Amino acid sequence: MNTFKTCLSGLALSVACASATAGEVEVLHWWTSGGEAAAINVLKQEMEAAGHTWKDFAVAGGGGESAMTVLKSRAISGNPPSAAQIKGPDIQEWGELGFLAPLDEVAGAGQWDSLLPEVVSNVMKYDGHYVAVPINVHRVNWLWANPAAFEKAGVEIPTTWEQMIEVGSKLREAGFVPLAHGGQAWQDATLYEAVALAEGPEFYRKAFVDHDEATLKGETMVKVLKTFKQMRELIDDDASGRDWNVATSMVINGEAAMQVMGDWAKGEFTAAGKVAGSDYVCAPAPGTADMFTFNIDSLAMFQQSDDSRVEAQQDLARLAMEPKFQEAFNLNKGSIPARQGMDRTPFDSCAHASMDAFTASAEKGSLVPSMAHGMATVSRVQGAIYDVVTNFFNSTDMSAEEAADKLARAVNASL
Amino acid sequence: MNNPSASLPSVAAARPAARRLSDRFADWLPKIVLAPTVVITLVAVYGYMIWTALLSLTNSRILPVWKFTGTGQYAKLFENERWGVAVENLIIFGVLFILVCLVIGVLLAILLDQKIRAEGALRTIYLYPMAISFIVTGTAWKWLLNPGLGLEKTLHDWGFESFSFDWLVNPDMVVYCLVIAAVWQSSGFVMAMFLAGLRGIDPDMVKAAQLDGASMPKIYRRIVLPSLKPVFFSAFVILSHIAIKSFDLVMALTGGGPGYASDLPATFMYQHAFTRGQMGLGAASAIVMLGGVLAILVPYLYSELRGKKHG
Amino acid sequence: MVKSQQTFGQQLLRYGLYAILGVAALVYLMPLWVMLLTSLKDIEEIRSGTLFSLPGSLNFDAWSKAWSGACTGSTCEGIAPFFGNSFKIVIPAVAISTLIGALNGYVLSMWRFRGSELLFGAMLVGCFIPFQVILLPMARMLATFGLANTTTGLVAVHITYGIAFTTLFFRNFYVGLPKELIAAARLDGAGFFFIFRRIVLPLSTPIIVVCVIWQFTQIWNDFLFGVVFSGGDTQPVTVALNNLVNTSFGGKEYNVDMAAALMAALPTLVVYVLAGKYFVRGLTAGAVKG
Repeated sequence: MNTFKTCLSGLALSVACASATAGEVEVLHWWTSGGEAAAINVLKQEMEAAGHTWKDFAVAGGGGESAMTVLKSRAISGNPPSAAQIKGPDIQEWGELGFLAPLDEVAGAGQWDSLLPEVVSNVMKYDGHYVAVPINVHRVNWLWANPAAFEKAGVEIPTTWEQMIEVGSKLREAGFVPLAHGGQAWQDATLYEAVALAEGPEFYRKAFVDHDEATLKGETMVKVLKTFKQMRELIDDDASGRDWNVATSMVINGEAAMQVMGDWAKGEFTAAGKVAGSDYVCAPAPGTADMFTFNIDSLAMFQQSDDSRVEAQQDLARLAMEPKFQEAFNLNKGSIPARQGMDRTPFDSCAHASMDAFTASAEKGSLVPSMAHGMATVSRVQGAIYDVVTNFFNSTDMSAEEAADKLARAVNASL
Repeated sequence: MNNPSASLPSVAAARPAARRLSDRFADWLPKIVLAPTVVITLVAVYGYMIWTALLSLTNSRILPVWKFTGTGQYAKLFENERWGVAVENLIIFGVLFILVCLVIGVLLAILLDQKIRAEGALRTIYLYPMAISFIVTGTAWKWLLNPGLGLEKTLHDWGFESFSFDWLVNPDMVVYCLVIAAVWQSSGFVMAMFLAGLRGIDPDMVKAAQLDGASMPKIYRRIVLPSLKPVFFSAFVILSHIAIKSFDLVMALTGGGPGYASDLPATFMYQHAFTRGQMGLGAASAIVMLGGVLAILVPYLYSELRGKKHG
Repeated sequence: MVKSQQTFGQQLLRYGLYAILGVAALVYLMPLWVMLLTSLKDIEEIRSGTLFSLPGSLNFDAWSKAWSGACTGSTCEGIAPFFGNSFKIVIPAVAISTLIGALNGYVLSMWRFRGSELLFGAMLVGCFIPFQVILLPMARMLATFGLANTTTGLVAVHITYGIAFTTLFFRNFYVGLPKELIAAARLDGAGFFFIFRRIVLPLSTPIIVVCVIWQFTQIWNDFLFGVVFSGGDTQPVTVALNNLVNTSFGGKEYNVDMAAALMAALPTLVVYVLAGKYFVRGLTAGAVKG
């Protein structure tokens, strides 16, 4: 650790210093799509410039399902990677099991506490120590719209869910699929939590963070579920199993009019050469204008036995927080940097809107963690909610009351 | 083939005194040869089963934690609606898959055994799906079965407007889509097994029956099929093994959806143990699944293996 | 058996037979056909046409991209580099599991001892254990032997869960061999390995073919063990394929996905096409006798 301290004492010297103690970092992640892969490559290049070896361990697909399996088997065989893409409350679970490495020195030297909003830094700490580096902040409650479709149907982009339904039927008459959607559990949950958020952040937190039983099966929840189920009418028949980016491409090529999806969808628009504001519109999901559902990607650091690997890992943590990487990564991925106080100019109008909403909602108390993306609760409770929500959304005969009741029971059983 | 007898006398000439010792060693040799496999099986099959059984008695979440909490996971499992769906699906899927594969396999084998001209090519065509995993064909199947892209749309385009095939997106019917794709993959293999069985039947037996004036269908029913009983056994073992392990199929075709309508126990267990951080529950589901499978298979294997007296 | 004195009815039956077999063949070929067509189209044709519409021109761009240019995760080298990994896993795993299966089958059919049938039954249970169950204990075990995330470890896993089937194949085959052959040799004092090498093994070609085809297919197509137990840079081609299919840069390139999938399936397809004849022959020779 001594060499490490000397390294930090002069950041400018870090390149020379690191190359003297070059190590290897193995990074397990599933950033393989769109701009993500290019984005993570920036970090790879930075690490290599610092003299370290980057061993890429990308396991694509399924929202990281395979990657998690790999991580667990690696952890149990006592051979975890240096860093892995883990987020939200799951960081706490790994911390509890004693797998994560503290980053106090890097965090202290880099003054992370002053650079990160508390909502973010809380998630990154286990037992008061930083164990993970936040890479970005996604806003989940976005509505992506194709303005040409709206023009043709002669309607405005909806700002409430009631309007959404009205507008939807007009769009359908004009020959569009009103809402592009993929019938996968996490996409159903993304739509559902956006509908739920429209009932206010208090309700949202009670249901998905505190898991208050009365709220989960209460009247408001029944209303939310009913509205959510009405969205089914706006979706085409073939949505089952469709990937989110295929749904996004429906909006891009004018087949569909809207999609409710996090800001990673922007990467698809950008890759298709579309410009925000003219070719596509990013608006807050109906009824959630001054609210913000956050989803933060992070790299959690696993304890390593080899000294050179420990040093490389600390360097990785430091570099991941540098403005250069945060900017490059987030420009590619469509999100906004987790690090505050960065230059806004390289970002587009949607990212600016996201940044403003982030600050504003943090002040107002309407900044909430995403349930659908594992920020609000641990994966087992999230899974229980997924099951009920997706089953209700696809069922032909379940009533909203029944679903609310099942929701409360499933959440209780998984706690 | 070599003629072994030519080289045997030299061995027979070994001295009697030395043979006693080597005899004793020879007695042990088969057991020694089998020993590594027995050890491996004991550890990697039975040992891991016990490991999983113990895990199911803990409240393990993202990784095993050996603090025993009793049978609570089993109680949770049986209350879990999704588990009920998965088990029901496995029963429907397993029964249909095995039956349809056997029927199609037998039929194709009988038809192919009629001195067909392009037999070699046809056989390869029926057999090739077994060579490819659903990781490879999953997307193609998803397209074919998807009403907006595949068969339904194609037939609509060809003018059959009333044709409807939306099983993939219909929660009540999606399990039958799994059956279709699974039968496609495995029925050719069953065909090959039965074809092999048919080739092994003594043609004189059939000729004799023909001379007695028996009709072909009757000959097949009374003579040919009964003599294929061992093939049915092998096919059953292989098919049930495939049915129980079906995992890639579900992941590639439906991802368990719509909702969780096409979940199978294997996917249920995997998801809970590895993605949901409910390892205890996942382990419990594995044990129940294994128990159920063994309860059906062991008596069957036992009676089949017992019933045959191989010298 | 097309004889000149066939009646009209018989001939009709014959045409019907060919019709049924032909239609069945088309059904079996459909997914492969769709994949092949898609891999030869460009993205625009895929978007505008139907599944069965023919590509405007033969276009192998997708194939060359899948082979050496498509991105699997963050490296863009196609799936070519991963074929070697797969072969490094498959060849030893198939060879060793077949050899062990042959020896086991030999013991269980010709050198039976008290309880050997029970052992065989107990081994068969190994066929039915879901692989998802054994991931974690196996990871632990491999780590104990220092084999975690090595190709050797992965090969060991494949052998472990392959022997149940190979043993089943060989035992059922050997049970059908004439007993007199071995009995005579034993009377002559021939030893265990001598009989195996000189008498039994030379007769085993058909079942070795069956066993090798089966094991090759199973191990080549494996994804779960490959993703969990391989090291980061020794991943088999199925894992690379999964990464490639799940990697997209603004819009899915279905033609590349399909080309990559076909290429990944090519070795097993070739094995089936070339050895298919021997496969049925091998099964005939005894593998299907319970």
